[in-house]
Amino acid sequence: MPWSRDQLAQRAAKELRDGFYVNLGIGIPTLVANYIPDGMEVTLQSENGMLGMGPFPHDEDVDADLINAGKQTITALKKTSYFSSSDSFAMIRGGHIDLSILGAMEVNDRGDLANWMVPGKMVKGMGGAMDLVAGVKRVVVVMEHTSKDGASKLLKKCTLPVTGINVVDLVITDLGVFEIDKHGSQPMKLIELAGGVTLDEITAKTEATFVNALR
Amino acid sequence: MANKVYPDAQSALEGFTFDGMSVMSGGFGLCGIPENLIIALRDSGVKGITVISNNAGVDGWGLGLLLETKQIKKMVSSYVGENKEFARQYLSGELELEFNPQGTLAERCRAGGAGIAGFYTKTGVGTLVAEGKETKVFNGETFVLETGLVADLSIVKAWKGDKEGNLIFRKTARNFNPMMATAGKKCVAEVEILVETGELDGDAIHTPGIYVDRIVQGTFEKRIEQRTVTKRENAYPV
Repeated sequence: MPWSRDQLAQRAAKELRDGFYVNLGIGIPTLVANYIPDGMEVTLQSENGMLGMGPFPHDEDVDADLINAGKQTITALKKTSYFSSSDSFAMIRGGHIDLSILGAMEVNDRGDLANWMVPGKMVKGMGGAMDLVAGVKRVVVVMEHTSKDGASKLLKKCTLPVTGINVVDLVITDLGVFEIDKHGSQPMKLIELAGGVTLDEITAKTEATFVNALR
Repeated sequence: MANKVYPDAQSALEGFTFDGMSVMSGGFGLCGIPENLIIALRDSGVKGITVISNNAGVDGWGLGLLLETKQIKKMVSSYVGENKEFARQYLSGELELEFNPQGTLAERCRAGGAGIAGFYTKTGVGTLVAEGKETKVFNGETFVLETGLVADLSIVKAWKGDKEGNLIFRKTARNFNPMMATAGKKCVAEVEILVETGELDGDAIHTPGIYVDRIVQGTFEKRIEQRTVTKRENAYPV
């Protein structure tokens, strides 16, 4: 069985480490916050200007001045600090955030990422995605292995306009996990399979070249 | 003595607007937007505006109001997702659009206000954003040259202000407001609470009054785009 959305989030949560400062993208990455292991301290950064993001508020605690980057109402924690957008991106671009987990439309085996525009369709904009992939120490992508029409989203070369080149360290799809040596010359490595998924199946559904490094 | 305090948003914009001008407008989504000054800008009737703002409001609120009246010629933004009228005008070619990565947009405003003409960033290298721009290698890594931004007018929203124009923002409503306050040739601020000079703690001021030409106290709707709540403990956004 390929991994469900929640299982993908659970798998991505294994990339968290105690003391990490983490930025989570919209969609499945946001779910990762539900799987922070007990006893592990992880501080969530929201690029609109907040470090130490708390959970959703109770109805009576909703505050229009307190939202996350997805424009959802949220809460603060004891450790929370607020800052301007330029300070927020200084944090991001300056390499002070340990981990960014985000979604993607395409990734190639050199770590190039496309997740912001489809030519010919209404483009909403890249928001903070280009800054995050350029600046955060480690970038983990969580996505479906194939598009709705069955095409591989792990490619030799991205067909869509990219968000960044040589930026992705790890790709978690519903079929398995791939490691990318983004600044080096090592080939992309398959390191895990989702339960019940075979090497033949993932090979057939992957356009990018990879080596079998299953542990 | 110079007076920065104006009775309402309309009078606070008097003499600061002209057709074809550029305006920086603070806020992230609908959080921390200068609601009253946007309405006053609409009512001024000024046309052909280039608006520099992270987002473009929503249909019927925020900068969406200026789109309805077709007063905006061009938007410089990082994300414009929540606005049907925006999409319509853009796809029909009525509206120009320049996307900047969010951090680049913030830094361009900061640089513009700080007298820095340009800066090299690694954001956007190898993407459409870097096309036609100068690049340079520092310590083996490629960076792209981005320019500082200055606008004819910046309109910002703060939580508290004093008669000197000193501003304090609240929570995530700070966002782009502090940098934009520095990067307008003129800056008008609207605040929820206006106090006498001396009542704010000088150590707590986010934007010193030197950047603010005029200040006005307003009432605010503070609309929420995504009202997300929980009944259980520790529920993160889904």
